[in-house]
Amino acid sequence: MLLEVKDLHAGIDGKEILKGLNLQVRKGEVHAIMGPNGSGKSTLSKVLAGHPSYEVISGTVTYDGKNLLELEPDERAREGVFMAFQYPVEVPGVSNSQFLRLAYNEKAKHNGEEELDPLEFNDLLKEKAKIVEMDPQFFKRSVNEGFSGGEKKRNEILQMAVLEPKLAILDETDSGLDIDALRIVAEGVNKLRTSENAIILVTHYQRLLNYIVPDFVHVLAGGKVVKEGGKELALELEEKGYDWVKAAAK
Amino acid sequence: MTSVVAKDTYFAKEFRERFGDANDAIGKCRQEAIEYFTETGLPTLRQEDWKYTNIAPIANVDWRVGKQTSEDVGNVLELVREFNFERNGFTALNQAFAAYRVIRIPKETSVETPFIIEHAAADGEAIFPHTIIVAEAGSRATVVEVFASEAAGFTNSATQIFVEDNASLTHYRVQKDAADAFNYGVTEVTVGRAARYDATSINLGGAITRHDIEVDLTAEGGETAVDGLYMLSGSQHHDTHSIIDHKVPNCTSHQSYKGVLNDTSRGVFNGKVFVREGAHGTDAQQSNKNLLLSNDARVDTKPQLEIFNEDVKCAHGATVGQLEEEELFYLLTRGLPESLARNLLTYGFAEEIINKITIPEIKAELDAAVLNRLDAKI
Repeated sequence: MLLEVKDLHAGIDGKEILKGLNLQVRKGEVHAIMGPNGSGKSTLSKVLAGHPSYEVISGTVTYDGKNLLELEPDERAREGVFMAFQYPVEVPGVSNSQFLRLAYNEKAKHNGEEELDPLEFNDLLKEKAKIVEMDPQFFKRSVNEGFSGGEKKRNEILQMAVLEPKLAILDETDSGLDIDALRIVAEGVNKLRTSENAIILVTHYQRLLNYIVPDFVHVLAGGKVVKEGGKELALELEEKGYDWVKAAAK
Repeated sequence: MTSVVAKDTYFAKEFRERFGDANDAIGKCRQEAIEYFTETGLPTLRQEDWKYTNIAPIANVDWRVGKQTSEDVGNVLELVREFNFERNGFTALNQAFAAYRVIRIPKETSVETPFIIEHAAADGEAIFPHTIIVAEAGSRATVVEVFASEAAGFTNSATQIFVEDNASLTHYRVQKDAADAFNYGVTEVTVGRAARYDATSINLGGAITRHDIEVDLTAEGGETAVDGLYMLSGSQHHDTHSIIDHKVPNCTSHQSYKGVLNDTSRGVFNGKVFVREGAHGTDAQQSNKNLLLSNDARVDTKPQLEIFNEDVKCAHGATVGQLEEEELFYLLTRGLPESLARNLLTYGFAEEIINKITIPEIKAELDAAVLNRLDAKI
């Protein structure tokens, strides 16, 4: 088991949002977490990534045999947890390649692997950029600054490609993407799927799942999983909307 | 107060020895300035423009006036006379002891190689460089002023810049004096019709430093970018006072100043933008952002827009704060340890200004200086 979430209660600003969530993810699997607004999807992503504003009230999260909740966000990242942000943050004055090399080298150091100098890293980056069809001119630009919505999301997947996480959480990666950008991002993610990693797709819409086909679909409502199934469940949701699961939650 | 009076006497005596017999036109300018200085002395905290910057540590030293060579400026006398030596005691002292240098870029000439002027005051020494830069009509050039005292010297500089019609001048001012040095400098700029003046001032060194910059947009179509960074640590004190004066219609000014303050350092930013009556079509943007890395650091910022007109596009603002938590979290989720993430964000904050410098050697040196200041390997 790569990730095991047991009876997780968590929230923000004293408000409980996740109310007993359970989830099991094995290597090689792709899981979709779906649900209406306010169901707790985003909270789950943030809690797994270790956002300081979110507090865990009770429950356990075991990742790769470790207590994930005891690790700082940067330790989680170096252990192979990656979250692609719904709203990637702009970092003015820091070039994309500079930032990615630092992140790559921190992880390499952690894993006892060789760190790369700027030239070596640039070669690696050029290769990885092909996965999301990204022009090398983006390497020199400040991280996400002045990027379009689609470019920011592609940049997130580029980071994923460079850092090669064991567990990637894609938080609403499809939001705000036109159909071409969605295809590029989804194809990028598909290229990064292996039998050794797992992907959690957090999404409101079924659309993304036409491109990245999940093994399991979990539907959240009221802070817990109210329905689980295979990829066909997503289609059912698309057809019927969320009202019937919301009703089921009550 | 007695110490200030004593210093006036000291500089006056020094002046008599050096320039006492000079009665040519420039000699008279000097004479006028030393008289003004003797009357007013150095600025004190009681003056509104100096209330945050205590220069007593400069006034309390018996400075030895350094050996200086001055060019003959008889042929630019009218420009020397335009210098506002009555701005304060420092500017008067500069005019009195000025070591003049003139840079003239001939009209319709593009000079590719930057002019680089370096100033350094030795321990206990005061120097008074006074540079006059004339970018004649249609010319284009870059001038770099570097202040690099290696000991506790005092640099009191003045730079007069005339950007004539359709000319473009880029001006980098890099102040990297030793931590126990003092620096006062004034930059006076006149921008002509459809001319452009781009300034980037980097302030890294010195114990007490101040830069006054005044840019006058005097003919239509003038454009200026007046940007700067002060990066302070220890007990450093830096003060920038800036005036951008839209005297005529249809000029543009963009100003971005940033401060990074650590330890018990202190920064002052006072930026006035005037949009005079009749100066319609003005586009004036001003911002001053400060990053405090320590609870004991302090900054006093006062951006001021004074608009005597309608039909203008103006915006200004100032911020004082810590690093953005969301930016920090983003870097942490990519595996950067917190100290590195904080340093990287601080570096990026400073780099936004340093990146405006397009001379690779100077930019690389400043990058290294910023990293060194952060004690970071990036």
